[in-house]
Amino acid sequence: MMQVLQMTVNGRPVEVGVDPRESLLDTLRNRLGLTSVKRGCEVGECGACTVLVDGKAIDSCIYLSVWAQGKAILTVEGLQAPDGTLSPIQRAFVEEAAVQCGFCTPGIIMSAVEIVGSGRTYTREELRKLISGHLCRCTGYQNILNAVEKAVELCHSHAGNEA
Amino acid sequence: MYDFRSIYQAKDVADAIAALQRDPEAVLIAGGTDVLIKIREGKLAGCSLVSIHELRELSGVTMEEDGTLSIGALTTFRDVTYDPLVQKHLPVLGEAVDQAGGPQLRAAGTIGGNVCNGITSADSASTLVALDADLLVRGPAGERIVPISQWYKGMGKTALTHEEILLAVRIPKSHYQGWTGHYIKYAMRSAMDIATLGVSCLVKLSADKRRAEEVRLAFGVAGPVPMRAPHAEAVCAGLPVEAAAARIGQAALEDVNPRDSWRASKAFRLQLVKELSGRAFREAGRKGGARI
Repeated sequence: MMQVLQMTVNGRPVEVGVDPRESLLDTLRNRLGLTSVKRGCEVGECGACTVLVDGKAIDSCIYLSVWAQGKAILTVEGLQAPDGTLSPIQRAFVEEAAVQCGFCTPGIIMSAVEIVGSGRTYTREELRKLISGHLCRCTGYQNILNAVEKAVELCHSHAGNEA
Repeated sequence: MYDFRSIYQAKDVADAIAALQRDPEAVLIAGGTDVLIKIREGKLAGCSLVSIHELRELSGVTMEEDGTLSIGALTTFRDVTYDPLVQKHLPVLGEAVDQAGGPQLRAAGTIGGNVCNGITSADSASTLVALDADLLVRGPAGERIVPISQWYKGMGKTALTHEEILLAVRIPKSHYQGWTGHYIKYAMRSAMDIATLGVSCLVKLSADKRRAEEVRLAFGVAGPVPMRAPHAEAVCAGLPVEAAAARIGQAALEDVNPRDSWRASKAFRLQLVKELSGRAFREAGRKGGARI
C-alpha cells in the first residue's frame, strides 16, 4: 500500500512513494538519503531527528510522512551553499567546538535555524529553553549554547546585507 | 515505520465523524505526540487511525462577540502560547502549555489532544479546570458543550464518546476577565518531563488589591483526574491576600487525593500541594497587582 507524496525538500520539489505508516524520519533517511536526520529515541524526546516543516522545528520521528503532503521540509543538507560553503549557523558550531560525537548536532542546528530566523535576540536563559528539546549524549551543552548564541549574533550582524 | 493497520485522513469534521462511525475501533489522531508514542510502545499496536491532523479549520484562537475566547482543538501548544489574544487575556494558559515537553513537541502537540487524553498530568489541564472552561464537541447528533467539571471520568477517560470530536476549548469572558493566574509545574527536569504535580491558581482581587475576593485552585496529579479544590477556594475567598496565601496550602490538603507512584510518593505530593498552592497564589496575586 504505497502513496505518492509531493513535498518541497531543501528547496526542491520532490515526489516520493511512501508507506502511509512511515514517519517523516523514515522517508527522509531511507527514501531520500538525507542522513543528517538522525534516528535517536523515536518517541520525540531526544530531538536528534529535528527538521523544519513549513519553517517550524518538529521531531520528524513522531510526524507521519502523509502529513507532509504539500509542505516544505528543511534539513541540514539544505543549509550549505551550492559550492559547499557552510552557513553562518554551521560555522558557529565549528568555531565554538560545539560538536563532539556529532549525533545531536544536525537536530540542534535545525532548531538554531528556526531561532535565528525569528529575527529576535535572546538571553542565554531563553536560548537554553529553546534548545531544551535536544539531548546531547556527550553532554557538551555549554559549547552548543555558545554556538547558538554566536549564530544569532552572526546572522544579526549580517542582517541588511544578505545574511 | 509505525505498527498501525491503516490511516484515514479526514477531509473535514463531518468526514472524520463518519469515519469514526464506520469503525468502532478506530483511534483518532491529531498532533500525534501521544498516539504515536502509544503505538510505538505497543499499547495501540495494530490500530486503525482516523487523522484530523490536517483540518486547519480546527486551529487558531478567536474571540466571539460576547467575549468568549475560543481555542480551536488543533491549536498547538506553541500557537496557544504565542497567540496575541491568549497573551492579552489568558496569559496563565499560554504559560502553562509552554511547559509541556520541549519546543518541538509544543509545535506538534495540540491543546485538544491534551484535553482528550484525559490525563491528570496534562499541562493544560489544571489551568483549564481552574478557568472552568467549556468543551465544544460535535458528534453524529450535533454539537454539545461539556463543562470541564464534567469532562474527566477517570484515568484516561473523558465524556467524549467514540464518534465525537472536540472542536474547541471555550473560556467565557466572566471566567477570565478580572482574574490573574499562575501555573506551577513540579517535575524532575525543567523540560521534557511529566508533571509530578501541577498547580494552577487564579485570583480576583478587590479594587484596593488587598483582599482575594475569589480564588480558583486546581491540580493535576493530585488525584486520578485534574481537580478543583473547592474547600481551599472557600477558605480563601474574601481574606486579605497575606492570610489567604498562608492558609491556602493547608486548606487544599482536604481537597486532594494523590497516590504513590514511581514518580513520587503520596507524602511528597501532599507536601507539594501544601507548598506550591501558596506559591502559585502569591504569584497570581502579584500579577494582579497585590503587594505580596
